[in-house]
Amino acid sequence: MESSALLLFFITAISLVGLALVFSSYVPPTSYNTAKFEPYECGIETIGETWNQYTVGYYLFAILFLIFDVETVFIFPWATVMREVGMTGFIEILIFFAILGLGLFYGWKKHALKWE
Amino acid sequence: MGFNIYDFSGMTHNMHLWFLERMSPTATTIVEWTIIGVSYMLFVALFGLFLVYAERKVCAAFQQRLGPMRVGYWGLLQTIADFIKLLMKELIMPKSADKFLYNLAPFIVMIATFLAMAVLPFAKGLQTLDFDIGIFYVTAVSSVGVIGILIAGWSSNNKYSLIGAMRSGAQILSYELSVSLSLVTIIILAGSMQLSVVVESQRDAWFIFKGHIPALIAFVIFLIAGTAETNRGPFDLAEAESELTAGFHTEYSGIKFAFFFLAEYINMFIVAAMATTVFLGGWMPLHFGSFESFNVVMDFIPPLVWFFMKVLGVIFLIMWFKWTFPRLRVDQILTLEWKYLLPINLINILLMSLVVLTKFHL
Repeated sequence: MESSALLLFFITAISLVGLALVFSSYVPPTSYNTAKFEPYECGIETIGETWNQYTVGYYLFAILFLIFDVETVFIFPWATVMREVGMTGFIEILIFFAILGLGLFYGWKKHALKWE
Repeated sequence: MGFNIYDFSGMTHNMHLWFLERMSPTATTIVEWTIIGVSYMLFVALFGLFLVYAERKVCAAFQQRLGPMRVGYWGLLQTIADFIKLLMKELIMPKSADKFLYNLAPFIVMIATFLAMAVLPFAKGLQTLDFDIGIFYVTAVSSVGVIGILIAGWSSNNKYSLIGAMRSGAQILSYELSVSLSLVTIIILAGSMQLSVVVESQRDAWFIFKGHIPALIAFVIFLIAGTAETNRGPFDLAEAESELTAGFHTEYSGIKFAFFFLAEYINMFIVAAMATTVFLGGWMPLHFGSFESFNVVMDFIPPLVWFFMKVLGVIFLIMWFKWTFPRLRVDQILTLEWKYLLPINLINILLMSLVVLTKFHL
């Protein structure tokens, strides 16, 4: 099987969800009630906007994630050819890790890893 | 058509030839795709229902109850009854929700689940796609699901949903690192990312035994991070019932809710299947070095049974976590990831590469 078969899994997932949604939107009995379409929060009517700004307390985590995710992309190919590149590759990745670890340590000391 | 319970590659090959003899190549492709698609659909639906039943029984056992008992023998038909009930419920579109995104979210969550299932090797020859970047592919695709969760939480115009989705985003982003880095530890040992090669190289011993302590540490980290990635307890902040009603899927009703629920359980299966394939030898039987008679007896058990025994064992472990540990706070979750798992993981990778370089592994 070649990678065009990935399309098959797209189609399978979409048809599974789609068929059930079509069935469920025509077959079950429906009733109308104004209160039914209100947001379900805690029984009282909602106060204020929902789509307002959310305190993104973790934007620093997002930046750190970005750094480490890119790093993972570098590590994956190294890990695959680890046996061939041997000791040279190991020392190089050691330097790479040292730089990254320094960055993480700096963030740690700057309290970037603390949830505010 | 020969049917060999220990090796399915012959059977699938014969089936392919049998179709080619009778139809054009295009028709063969269509028929094969239909067979694969329908069987994956059935597997997801039935195994999902079974996992929900198992979860309720396991939970009941931990709390010294019986769990569902009324519908069918030992309540076996309970989840099927629940599924029919959900299918027959009206779909509610909340007022002032973003209609397009609200409907799109269940599709994205299920697509991510199905795409990750595509590469899992169930038994020899029972694998639909075999990429040479298999492990990388699974980690990449399984994090697409978080987009569905974020869309669901944002579009349903509910404050609890939004908070749940945001928490889930932070959590999945962070723990994705630990998942991929703990898998890297095993890639170093295996020297390949192709899942069939990874399984095949565990014929003499599973990687968790081959890699000594680094592999064991990686396995534990993978289990913790995998549990967090599927939003399951004790990391189920995104749907903490006591604070957020039901988290990101509060506003979803009927079968749409059922799809989020199903995706959560199938994701748990994917995590367990990856743990099985990468650490516990996939469908390979348990072998002890030169203990010949024992090995022969173990070879007698079919690979499919081995695979599902291991998967269900890991799933039981994950359920055990949920019903034993209290839920973590959001800052505790991020501290656990960034201050403990990530540094341990980086050191562990170096340890493992030292083990491989000095040929210390089995």
